[in-house]
Amino acid sequence: MKKKKCIAMLLAGGQGTRLYALTNSVAKPAVSFGAKYRIIDFTLSNCTNSGIDTVGVLTQYQPLILNEYVGNGEPWDLDRSYGGVHTLPPYQAKQGGEWYKGTANAIYQNLHFLTEYDSENVLILSGDHIYKMDYSKMLAEHVAHDADCTIAVIDVPEAEASRFGIMDFGEDKRITSFEEKPKKPKSNHASMGVYIFKKDVLVRELVADEADKTSSNDFGKNIIPNMLKAGCDMFAYSFKGYWKDVGTVTSLWEANMDLLGDPPAFDLSDPAFKVYSRNEPLPPSYIGESGRFVNSVMTTGCEIYGTVVNSVIGEGVTVMDGAVIENSVIMQGAVIGKNVKINYGMVDENVVIGDGAIIGDAQSDKTRITLIGRDTVVPRGAKLKSGDIIEKGSVKA
Amino acid sequence: MKTLGIIFGNLHDKDIGELTAVRSIASVPFGGRFRLIDFVLSNMVNSGITKVGVVTKTNYQSLMDHVGSGKHWDLSRKNGGLIMLPPFSAGDKSIYGSRFGALLNIEQFIRHSDEDYVVASDCDNVCNINLAEVVQAHIDKHADVTVVARSKALVNKKPRTVLETDRDGRVIKVLNTDKASGERTVFANIFVMNRKFLLNILDSASELGIGSFSKDLLVKGVKEYRIFAYMQEGYFANIDSISNYYMHSLELLDKKIRDELFYRDGANIYTKVRDSAPCKIGDGATVTNSLIADGCVIEGEVSNSILFRGVKVAKGAKIKNSIVFQDAAIGAGSTLNCVIADKLVTVLEGRTLSGHETHPYFIAKNAVI
Repeated sequence: MKKKKCIAMLLAGGQGTRLYALTNSVAKPAVSFGAKYRIIDFTLSNCTNSGIDTVGVLTQYQPLILNEYVGNGEPWDLDRSYGGVHTLPPYQAKQGGEWYKGTANAIYQNLHFLTEYDSENVLILSGDHIYKMDYSKMLAEHVAHDADCTIAVIDVPEAEASRFGIMDFGEDKRITSFEEKPKKPKSNHASMGVYIFKKDVLVRELVADEADKTSSNDFGKNIIPNMLKAGCDMFAYSFKGYWKDVGTVTSLWEANMDLLGDPPAFDLSDPAFKVYSRNEPLPPSYIGESGRFVNSVMTTGCEIYGTVVNSVIGEGVTVMDGAVIENSVIMQGAVIGKNVKINYGMVDENVVIGDGAIIGDAQSDKTRITLIGRDTVVPRGAKLKSGDIIEKGSVKA
Repeated sequence: MKTLGIIFGNLHDKDIGELTAVRSIASVPFGGRFRLIDFVLSNMVNSGITKVGVVTKTNYQSLMDHVGSGKHWDLSRKNGGLIMLPPFSAGDKSIYGSRFGALLNIEQFIRHSDEDYVVASDCDNVCNINLAEVVQAHIDKHADVTVVARSKALVNKKPRTVLETDRDGRVIKVLNTDKASGERTVFANIFVMNRKFLLNILDSASELGIGSFSKDLLVKGVKEYRIFAYMQEGYFANIDSISNYYMHSLELLDKKIRDELFYRDGANIYTKVRDSAPCKIGDGATVTNSLIADGCVIEGEVSNSILFRGVKVAKGAKIKNSIVFQDAAIGAGSTLNCVIADKLVTVLEGRTLSGHETHPYFIAKNAVI
């Protein structure tokens, strides 16, 4: 087989604890987003749109729904006979088995996958960001620089910089310093968690890192700083465009809202760079005589008889007469009963909200979202306060 | 009980000449994101059929583009799957003009299949039917031919195949007529046969003087063969004119009909996935009693209408009682009433277009108004 130029390894094992009820039973990359997507669709679609046809998806936490969703990769054109998408969970081997200890260890445990495809370069991605990016441009720079490692960089607001890996680089893009989540950031050049390594360099570094018993086996904390220290050729690739880390309820809500408005902060309509997803075969959405649907998005199979304003409505959602949904994210299959009021709510898949329930209060805003976990049944007339987190079985009539 | 599916992609093209000018009837858009063949294909797949031949004759580029490898219907398979059967004409064989001619044309395909039964369907019908039940009824009755039929109050004069049955459902009389009226049992252009029986008929067609399925096999065969009718009770639409296409399309605004057509026992209707972005309805928009597909961007007013994928409706545009196909753009301040706008139509600013419920105004593909 012809050697591949670049394959991707997608880290999708994170639990996403700050998404609370949304990730009780699914991994963060499988959380619904933007009416018809799941978070992982963005990185998988980026791969396809960048000409990368081999992707290892490293799963660990609650992988069932994620595995089923990724399946054979057909929705992303990743059902290739040589390459394609492969889910790579931790496994038991002759020397014993262990969970993935960190991002670097997850790749280390799958060195055989890298060796099998023997590509010239390896792209490391994380499955919890919302963005559209053509990795082939980054790869071209990586090759032109003959870099050992290229790190994608985006400028973030200074106030948020301490949440990211922050680096410095000169005019020539050569990286001079890298600090993971610094208390006092020296710049606002944040790592997007998107790295391209020469495969041989990556293998060498992972083996060395594994041998170091003091290491926490993490790319940002160990691999990147060690390589810099050792004088490797490391370059920054500046990305301009929409990019959002959706690790918290507020940031996930914000990213959903970024699809609204004219023009929206994040536009998905470019036919030359589609975001692919796996969808149910449903008819188009219906808006009834009594329905009002304003400054909002939805996908197929919805039945709207109530009012929806500034909201994102997922596949097959029903909104009954008299219901009013504002500033909210309703995920697939949810049923919103008659005269229900929802303001600043995030309603997960297959939730049923009984008639007359009131979700949110006067204090509701984007930092006090009312979150209702999947499969929850909210009784008729229930009142849920701003900031409440409701899980299946936790609300009583 | 292995069953082979056969779909006639071009029969009835002439019934809706406006919509079939650039496509076969099989690929006529319907219901906001579907094509007529999607209903037939999905019915077959949902009934456990895994090998389907699609017989085409003319204008089948858009059909090929739509069905592709068949993967959206789970019909991309090593064994069977979706097989396109374009016209084959050699020597003195001319291209067929009828359903029976089409079957003669694909006789080799039928012969080299190993299924016990054949379900064949035209593409002019929209329904969600369990064909496995039809085949089971066919087996139970030891029938030679089972035709799907429905009860219909006939009002307008159109050529139809009208059936009379006995109490057991056996067809005792077949009339091809355009004069029938009242509540009658009408052939629904779907039938089941044993594959070997069909091959025997095809082999001896000229000796038996059979040149047409309904005119000869049904009418003349009613005494000799065991022909049974299977009554389709659920929603059924027969598309045989542009006004009737318009009427049946807008019927989908009725929830009861949507439930029957799209949600029968989890039997979904599959179609080609286009990966459009979700539909986006703007701040000043008003949308009521309408079906809106993915990829639409609506800033104007839409009522009692069906918008296919990727339709753009500018501010101040008003769309009423209309059907707008994929990727059409309706300009600011324009008004559409009782209009069918084909794919990629552009209506510029300030235009007023109106048809009547019984005579919708049709705008051809790619037209700029």
